[in-house]
Amino acid sequence: MSKEWPLWEVFIRGAHGMSHRHVGSLHAANAEHAIRNARDVYTRRNEGVSIWVVEAAHIAASNPSEKGPLYDPARDKVYRHPTFYDVPDDAGNM
Amino acid sequence: MYAQMIKSEATEDDPEKLAAFQARIDAGEKIEPKDWMPEGYRKTLIRQIGQHAHSEIVGQLPEGNWITRAPTLERKANLLAKVQDEAGHGLYLYCAAETLGVSRDDLTEQLLSGRMKYSSIFNYPTLTWADMGAVGWLVDGAAIMNQVPLQRTSYGPYARAMVRICKEESFHQRQGFHIMMAMVNGTPEQKRMAQDALNRFWYPALMMFGPSDKDSVHSAQSMKWRIKMNTNDELRQKFVDETAPQAAYLGLTIPDEALTLNEDTGHYDFTQPDWSEFHDVLADNGPCNVERMSARQKAWDDGAWVRDAMVAHAEKKRARKVAAE
Repeated sequence: MSKEWPLWEVFIRGAHGMSHRHVGSLHAANAEHAIRNARDVYTRRNEGVSIWVVEAAHIAASNPSEKGPLYDPARDKVYRHPTFYDVPDDAGNM
Repeated sequence: MYAQMIKSEATEDDPEKLAAFQARIDAGEKIEPKDWMPEGYRKTLIRQIGQHAHSEIVGQLPEGNWITRAPTLERKANLLAKVQDEAGHGLYLYCAAETLGVSRDDLTEQLLSGRMKYSSIFNYPTLTWADMGAVGWLVDGAAIMNQVPLQRTSYGPYARAMVRICKEESFHQRQGFHIMMAMVNGTPEQKRMAQDALNRFWYPALMMFGPSDKDSVHSAQSMKWRIKMNTNDELRQKFVDETAPQAAYLGLTIPDEALTLNEDTGHYDFTQPDWSEFHDVLADNGPCNVERMSARQKAWDDGAWVRDAMVAHAEKKRARKVAAE
């Protein structure tokens, strides 16, 4: 038989209310097994209070070759940042 | 180092693509799994990260040897935590290697068939409890010298694995030094054991960095690609410079009569290890090569039914769930 266990991506939420963050991957036979392994591999030092796992094959990702068309249009839109707008000092705190 | 004598692979790619790739690395950008990369870069990294991962896994054996015989419950818990970390480090690194298109089973099989190596240092025996001190202090100390700069390596998944590893690794070196401190402050016999462990591990630790590579074309290519950050000699010198004062603090003597602080350079002069011994150990003739590989082979063979049973169980559960829906 000898079939390799599928690859899972692991996401952990720390104790301080941040979003789940990708921390790495591991192999496991199913989701339950993946969570158990993730606990041993990625939370040995109190790194988290919640674990998500998703089979790597189920992740759809953007293509690196589309970097230009996807992200370049945001470059020249500085007016989306508050620092674009000068507010006179005597207008008070804003 | 944990990855020794890594030859860079020849690359036959479009020169224009190669130049663009090099420009990204020179600009400090990270290369990610789906990005275009030269075949040589990919293959060299698989070999380097794979060897590093194998070293972490095989590196559990010399220390695992002492878990049941640790002198106190606290020391036992410390050592157990350290060995568990090594397993974790191996797993982070295998995953990083897998992003380059090699499978986990393939990496394991290459180790077991001898096509991939692990660090020479793990082919030395750990004869006394003091060796647990020497291994943590010297072997992990030497590994850290290499791993800290690798956090800035050009390959994203490798760099991220290194960040996690470095965070955990300094505990390893300190727990080793802590054991050494207890030994040198113990009975005269215990101090002798500490000195004996230093005597046996000093030169093998220096060998971990590999022979001088200042003229090696492979190292030059790897440094250009930022998958090797320093020459072997630079790292070895840094290790000696940091370790010599620590040995003095412990009241132990490094087994090298030529070891002296050179006032002109500010660095320690020291004797090179016997490189014929290093090549001999790499050629599977070290004291423990056969034992290490047979332990890995046994673990792989004995675990086969567990790996298969887990898959069978997962498939059965999935089928039941589908049937119920």
